[in-house]
Amino acid sequence: MAAPQKPLTAVPRGVWLLLVLALLLNIGWQASRPLDTARARALPPAPSSAALQLAALGEPVALARLTMLYVQGADEQAGVSVAWRELDYPTVIGWLQRVLELDPRGQSPLLAASQVYGAVGDPTRARLMLDFVHARFAEDPDRRWPWLAHAALVARHRLHDLPLARAYARDIRLYATSPQVPDWARQLEIFILEDMNELDAARTLVGGLLDSGQVTDPRELKFLADRLQQLQQQQQNHPTGR
Amino acid sequence: MRRMHLSMAVTIARYTLLEALRNRLLWLLIAAALGAVGLAGFLQELALTESQQLQAALLGAVLRMASVFLVATFVITSMVREASDKGLEMLLALPMPRAVYLAGKLAGFGILAVLPALLFGGLALALAPPDQAALWAFSLLCECWIVAAFSLLCVLTLQQVLPALAAATAFYLMARAIGALQLMKQAGATADTLGQHVLGGGIDLLRLLLPHLDRFTRSDWLVYHGGSGADLLAIVVQTALYVALMAGAGLFDLYRKQI
Repeated sequence: MAAPQKPLTAVPRGVWLLLVLALLLNIGWQASRPLDTARARALPPAPSSAALQLAALGEPVALARLTMLYVQGADEQAGVSVAWRELDYPTVIGWLQRVLELDPRGQSPLLAASQVYGAVGDPTRARLMLDFVHARFAEDPDRRWPWLAHAALVARHRLHDLPLARAYARDIRLYATSPQVPDWARQLEIFILEDMNELDAARTLVGGLLDSGQVTDPRELKFLADRLQQLQQQQQNHPTGR
Repeated sequence: MRRMHLSMAVTIARYTLLEALRNRLLWLLIAAALGAVGLAGFLQELALTESQQLQAALLGAVLRMASVFLVATFVITSMVREASDKGLEMLLALPMPRAVYLAGKLAGFGILAVLPALLFGGLALALAPPDQAALWAFSLLCECWIVAAFSLLCVLTLQQVLPALAAATAFYLMARAIGALQLMKQAGATADTLGQHVLGGGIDLLRLLLPHLDRFTRSDWLVYHGGSGADLLAIVVQTALYVALMAGAGLFDLYRKQI
């Protein structure tokens, strides 16, 4: 029950004056302050696994999701876009590793590693990410094979490292043995070896993922569609032979 | 006589619930739900993939925290207000055992905890299969019962808002972190020094005394749908035991009061 109130006229004029003056002074003070200039801050080293488990308070899945958003934010900080080539990749890998430890069933760290950070123009950094994806694939091949498939394409078409791409494709064939893994994934070696350009190979892979129902998340679908469009534009601008 | 006691307990429970509703608790719960939906929706837009899982995980975690905070705060402030208004003295002066008063209060707070469980369980239904959403909501109800019982004990013992709220917060955080602390103790090096032995012993003692709330109301049930009957059974047993323990400790304190 709200207590009955007197009319506004009951408030002394001095109080009105104090209130309005304080409000105007506060607004004036804030308006006179210089705006914060956006400065990119380096991603700090990832905390220990134990510290994150403790901080999760029994909600590791929720913390994993929040941590992933934090890592994603490292290259899109308030008002500043940081090029992936300027990120400290071992630190980023440390964070992605922690996210996977919090939620081993989560897919976002591996998608980010193979599709976002792995697509960087610097071969050394790209290799670091591909190695990370490959190492983590071994822990849960039946769930993580799509990211190693993407890594195989990056190795084939970006790094032009056919042996590495074949090694990734071979591991999918040997270790991703669940009935849920489609046949074409196990035959990835074939179209790695085929004289296919990157756009066609990516189309085949994404199309296969869609057909097998592996990708249903609308945001992921949009992301993959954008990547294909990017590749298409690149190919139109710099047509290369097969 | 027994029927009269039951009727008294029901009356106390009814007025406890009425006070909560008059304190606009329901509006606060609705505001918390809207805030959580807004926050989860905003963060979902930033996700590269698994956007629905992100929404479910964050919504579950935020709503769980909000429920516990609101229930504990209401229990403590309501009991302190009753003591300040001499309502507690008046009720204890009535010809009824003190156990009836405590049972009425616990029942009132218990029914009150149904509000967040139902409201937030309804939201969970939009994110997970019905069986998982129901398990999550029931687990939230049990978690709120344990927190309400502990808050009631705190306020009976400490009699002030701030110390009782601080004790309830510490209890809740420890109960949710005890699983991780135990794992850290196991993973750590063997205890060499006296200090390490004492710390290790302290963690073992807490593990035996605290309810393991890290196994309650887990958002991964909403994300991966892995909740099972075994989880439900463990939650029911843990809640029954702990609420009984808190009620016993509360009665112990209440019967010793010089009122």
